[in-house]
Amino acid sequence: MGHQPHEKDPKHSPAGALDLAALRLELSGRSGPLYWRGLEELSDTPEFHELVEKEFPASHWTQMDPVSRRGFFRVMAASLALAGLAGCSKPVEEIVPYVRAPEVAPPGVALFFATAMTVAGSAIGLLVESHEGRPTKVEGNPNHPASLGATDVFAQASILSLYDPDRSQALTYLGDIRPWTALMIQVQMLAETQRMRRGAGLRLLTETVVSPVLAQQIQNLLRQFPEARWHQYEPVNADAVRQGAISAFGRYVNPIYRIEKADVIVSLDSDFLVSEPGSVRYAREFARRHSPQRPDFGAAMSRLYVVESTLTNTGAKADHRLPVLPSDVENFARALAAEIRGQQWPSDGVPYAELLKAAARDLKEHRGAGLVVAGRHQPAQVLAWAHVINQTLGNIGSTVVFTEPVEAQPVDQLTSLRELLSDIDAGKVEWLVMLGGNPVYNVPPDLGFGERLQRVPARMHLSQYPDETSALCHWHIPEAHYLEAWSDTRAFDGTVTIVQPLIAPLWGARSAHEFLATFGDQPDRPGYEIVRQYWRQQHSAEFERFWRKSLNGGIVEGTALPAVNVQANDRWVAQQNAVAASAQTDKLEALFRPDPTIFDGRFANNAWLQELPKPITRLTWDNAALVSPATAEKLGFSHKVGFQGGEHGQTYADVGEVTVEGRSVRAPVWIVPGHADNCVTLQLGYGRKYAGHLGTAIGYDAYAVRSSANQWSAPECTLRKTGERMQLACVQFHHSMEGREPVRAASLEKFQSEPDFARAHEKEPAKTFSLYPPYTYTEHAWGMAIDLNACVGCGACVVACQAENNIPVVGKTEVTRGREMHWLRIDHYYKGSLDRPENFFQPIPCMHCENAPCEPVCPVAATVHSSEGLNDMVYNRCIGTRYCSNNCPYKVRRFNFFLYSDWKTPSLMLLRNPDVTVRSRGVMEKCTYCVQRINAGRIRAQQQDRYVRDGEVVTACQQACPADAIVFGNINDPESRVAKLKSTSRNYSLLADLNTQPRTTYLAAVTNPNSEVSKGEEFGH
Amino acid sequence: MATEGPVLPKPAERPRPPVLAPGYTFASVTDKISSIVLAQPQAMPWMAGFGIGFLLVMLLFFSIGYLFFVGVGIWGINIPVAWGFAIANFVWWIGIGHAGTLISAILLLLNQKWRTSINRFAEAMTIFAVACAGLFPILHLGRPWFFYWLFPYPGTFQVWPQFRSPLVWDVFAVSTYFTVSLIFWYAGLMPDFATLRDRALTRTKRIIYGMLALGWRGSVVHWERYEMMYLLLAGLATPLVVSVHTIVSFDFATSILPGWHSTIFPPYFVAGAIYSGFAMVLTIAIPLRVAYDLKDFITMRHLDNCAKVMLATGLIVAYGYAAETFMGWYSGNLHEKFMLVNRAFGPYWFVFWGLILCNVIVPQALWLRRVRQSVPLLFLLSLVINLGMWLERVMIVITSLHRDFLPTSWGMYAPTRWDWAVLFGTIGLFVALMFLFIRFLPVISIFEMRALVEETSGGSD
Repeated sequence: MGHQPHEKDPKHSPAGALDLAALRLELSGRSGPLYWRGLEELSDTPEFHELVEKEFPASHWTQMDPVSRRGFFRVMAASLALAGLAGCSKPVEEIVPYVRAPEVAPPGVALFFATAMTVAGSAIGLLVESHEGRPTKVEGNPNHPASLGATDVFAQASILSLYDPDRSQALTYLGDIRPWTALMIQVQMLAETQRMRRGAGLRLLTETVVSPVLAQQIQNLLRQFPEARWHQYEPVNADAVRQGAISAFGRYVNPIYRIEKADVIVSLDSDFLVSEPGSVRYAREFARRHSPQRPDFGAAMSRLYVVESTLTNTGAKADHRLPVLPSDVENFARALAAEIRGQQWPSDGVPYAELLKAAARDLKEHRGAGLVVAGRHQPAQVLAWAHVINQTLGNIGSTVVFTEPVEAQPVDQLTSLRELLSDIDAGKVEWLVMLGGNPVYNVPPDLGFGERLQRVPARMHLSQYPDETSALCHWHIPEAHYLEAWSDTRAFDGTVTIVQPLIAPLWGARSAHEFLATFGDQPDRPGYEIVRQYWRQQHSAEFERFWRKSLNGGIVEGTALPAVNVQANDRWVAQQNAVAASAQTDKLEALFRPDPTIFDGRFANNAWLQELPKPITRLTWDNAALVSPATAEKLGFSHKVGFQGGEHGQTYADVGEVTVEGRSVRAPVWIVPGHADNCVTLQLGYGRKYAGHLGTAIGYDAYAVRSSANQWSAPECTLRKTGERMQLACVQFHHSMEGREPVRAASLEKFQSEPDFARAHEKEPAKTFSLYPPYTYTEHAWGMAIDLNACVGCGACVVACQAENNIPVVGKTEVTRGREMHWLRIDHYYKGSLDRPENFFQPIPCMHCENAPCEPVCPVAATVHSSEGLNDMVYNRCIGTRYCSNNCPYKVRRFNFFLYSDWKTPSLMLLRNPDVTVRSRGVMEKCTYCVQRINAGRIRAQQQDRYVRDGEVVTACQQACPADAIVFGNINDPESRVAKLKSTSRNYSLLADLNTQPRTTYLAAVTNPNSEVSKGEEFGH
Repeated sequence: MATEGPVLPKPAERPRPPVLAPGYTFASVTDKISSIVLAQPQAMPWMAGFGIGFLLVMLLFFSIGYLFFVGVGIWGINIPVAWGFAIANFVWWIGIGHAGTLISAILLLLNQKWRTSINRFAEAMTIFAVACAGLFPILHLGRPWFFYWLFPYPGTFQVWPQFRSPLVWDVFAVSTYFTVSLIFWYAGLMPDFATLRDRALTRTKRIIYGMLALGWRGSVVHWERYEMMYLLLAGLATPLVVSVHTIVSFDFATSILPGWHSTIFPPYFVAGAIYSGFAMVLTIAIPLRVAYDLKDFITMRHLDNCAKVMLATGLIVAYGYAAETFMGWYSGNLHEKFMLVNRAFGPYWFVFWGLILCNVIVPQALWLRRVRQSVPLLFLLSLVINLGMWLERVMIVITSLHRDFLPTSWGMYAPTRWDWAVLFGTIGLFVALMFLFIRFLPVISIFEMRALVEETSGGSD
């Protein structure tokens, strides 16, 4: 995998524009300044007009000769064919080596290119599938330390953002379309003015910068303009991590956890399995260790304690989970530190004392193999205490290591932003350049960013979407998607990946590198050159070899940051007050968290992420204010199902008014068993005003009540019932198993005494108990095993399935009617008490039953058994009786009640996987086990006259799964991984008593509770 | 016809009303019935009734047009409730269509003379009800334009229907039933067409009725062959009465869904079908005999008999409910037990208790002779039973689907305005067709009534 970029004809250019390529070459061959001056020289020639039109399709209206009717039609035709044209075009620079007949890439065979995606200062390495020049699917890069071959939901869904027709398609000045040259002139003029004043009026605002190239560009810029300032801000940042490390160690070091080495983990409100930097890797490591029987790992099963306020995926996987008030997490951390350090602390009457002491004993018993993890949304003290405890227990260097920070220039982002704002107040800022970010939307409202921004005389904003910030800026500059532009980035451990594009910018967008280049003396420098030049400086020896290797492998070797020695700062520890008794007040606290699917709001216009049910609440298209059942009861909130779609779609929640520090917002209140009492979780990212067609004006804006002083939790808030009700699209209202035990679980103790507990009490009908003769499978027989112990419920598999299989989104209204189309869903169950339930996730794809109930009822044989045991769906034969769905006990079938697939938007057509039919209205569809991948694997095997090797065919869900919970393969081969897993004692079939004989089976969950914790603390097995 | 057969024992105490009021001659019977077609009395009420039906037909056409244009998503169906009103209505209409063939074929073979005055319109009712029913399986398809793939035709695909599917059996059962019912009906109409031809006042009518009469001259040879054919057709139609709803019940019974998967379904569906069919016969007969002064032909004897049939089949249906409930409990199966509780106390409790009220409790009034003799009460009861049977279909289809095996996929169904539009549209179609039938064809078999004259001229039976 990965391509070998090698030297090729530099004249290579998009199809159909060969004559222009020569001109471009001629132009780019000149030195920068010459070209710059050459603008005037060239501007009157027809070639120049043509070039500009080609370069800036969206700007053609300003360029066009008004009387040229032919020109008009040409442009019209070009616009219509725009997406197709762009789809055929490749980046101008050499990434796809189509020089002559491309032997390596025959049409129809996908190529994979290594690249990386950065979210909130942390990158994940990816391999992106490309079909004839259009990227169609994102996979994890197995070489990359943050991926290990898996991905998170954001990476999976990022491919949709690439083709999102709502992305900026034109450079605008005050809303009017302008050519790139106009911007260049403007930048040069402003730069000229600033240069005379040593850049005193220039300010740069970026998000967290981890790109070495961008950092160097900014440093160069600051050298040119010594009095200019660079500020960084994004709402989900590492401020607390930085401050916590400074408190504990005296300097900013970046913690990297070795979950695989940890026998005992105590999480202080850290969702390290899903939403912290590196969580894709952590989930994999955790799944391997938190397993009673993984053939590949010998060590004992690990144990996870989670102390948190809102129920996260990590909390759901805990062996002991303690819901506490946000303000109590710090008390817990202090008490835990005291307990471990052998100090006295007032434990009388503290409800969690027993659990805390048990956890402390556990940690002490596993010195060097225990780990305390604190979440990045916690106050710095909590992070510092976690570091101190780890140091005390000798865990540093073993289960946690520290490196230099990943950020190019770590700053306290809030302070940085405040400095910028005070400079604006002081009238010092004349020219504000924002690279990415959306501060008008996501800066705490007490800082009044939007209002102050408008006092800046010149404002430029580079962003992928015309958003809230763009609306208040003079210049809006379309930013290239990461699949469209060259860049580089760092992962959570510092590993650098060179970000290579897979497609030329669809709408002529530019990267931050290219935009910053306009400040210098080579304003039209392509990003490719910028990135290459930087790395040539770093690796001058054998550069081409280095470059090719780095691109091919997806990582720059040796860039992972080395561990540094740290020593806890005893003075800080000494300064800390004694453990405070937990404040048991009736005050309601507020908690702010990024939304699980649209994050800080940047993915608001991504339909896949909007329609991905949020883990646990299973809401789509909306955020909600989450409260515990007891708090909801106290405040009089409830939710109920509607009649249309009902439990599987339409729900009504009471709307509450949340007031934090005098600011209010109205939010639907959603009840989450397991949430801490007396606090409310507000999810950031919704309530966007300018996000695109999909993301605008849905949900409520939690930023509106988030103050700069209390960014992640507010000590006091009020929640008042408004009497209104709001319709929410919730795909699962019942979280109780109703005695049916779809998920089976036991404690490790029980599992050891009764290894086949999952099947022991089940009467499975005889396999021959059918009127029809059994099928025989001579070659392959595909099957799947899903380890419920491993699944963290992140949803990456669901988005991966959607991307792989061209699954349409249906929108909120259709979801409320119970018609969402996901082939794979992750059911969530509670077990035990309402206040402290156990949680289980269960991914449900098609079971591919041996006795499939759907097959005999189809009147037209549109769903049939394949020779390899798949339950095939023949779309073009389906007439849509929906009988198969009625007879499916797992309800995995999905029906196109309307024409859900987008057959109109040109850019979305490029997105489609060419190996999968795009379904039309009126046909049934369902999980195929990624039959297109099976077929590709079988063809490959047949060409080589062999069976398909184990692991050669992976389904999209399996490939995306961070926890390696899904294993697919040939069950006819007893040596295959899936066959081995199916032969383990934990293996059971869902609804086995129906004698459907599913091919998809589950491995029962096993928890590892501490026997010292009394049953009262435990959540009842 | 006039063969000797077992005769119902006569009640000693109370003389039963005759099947034809005394005092009629051949000529007066013919006059009375044919005048409805030829003289067209009650023109204005007819126009009003037909007009209502016609408007609803327009609603039906409109909603079908929109349905075909946009897709079945306009209905309330979803996953898990992928079948909604369409299938419930289908089963309901098919059930209604049962009474006609039962009356004309089975009662003919059993030599029940009281069938004579109601069989014609009951058969018409059957055909129209089956026509309404037949719309739904096509309308409810995701891709209705491919409905013909359900037939085993030699196509270029070389793919046949999947014969294990009960939906394919449905196609054969329903289409056979419709065909045989239509032929049976038409055969019965032939002598009357000849009568109308002979009595028609205009040339157009004479030509049309003449063509429809297929050259019937009433010769002895005609009559002899006719009687033979009619008996054979009756024999052919008889098993269909049982088979159609049995096969329709297989749509449910062969599935694995709790609430559907039940061996009691075939007899219980057939009984339910006759139950609702007779209710619809009464719903039609009662206004008909008032509007066209046919009380002498459709006597209290007929109404009483229909009521008794309803009572008997209603009890079978009630037994079906009881047996289903018992078996659900007795099975010890978690899903079956849950289904029963959910039916009665889940979100759709009102459907269940509504049908118990309409189908089981209220019809017990039929035990009382006073009720059976009260025409308004019978009419009311017939409407209640029609509603109850419709609720039963809705309960079977929807409450079984909405909460099945995995709690995570439970859902709800609510009909949209388009669901209602199609339901009332087909009711409109049925009404409109009935009105056209009354207007253009003899609603009571003239020649068979004439055969009764001889017998009744002396008194009862």
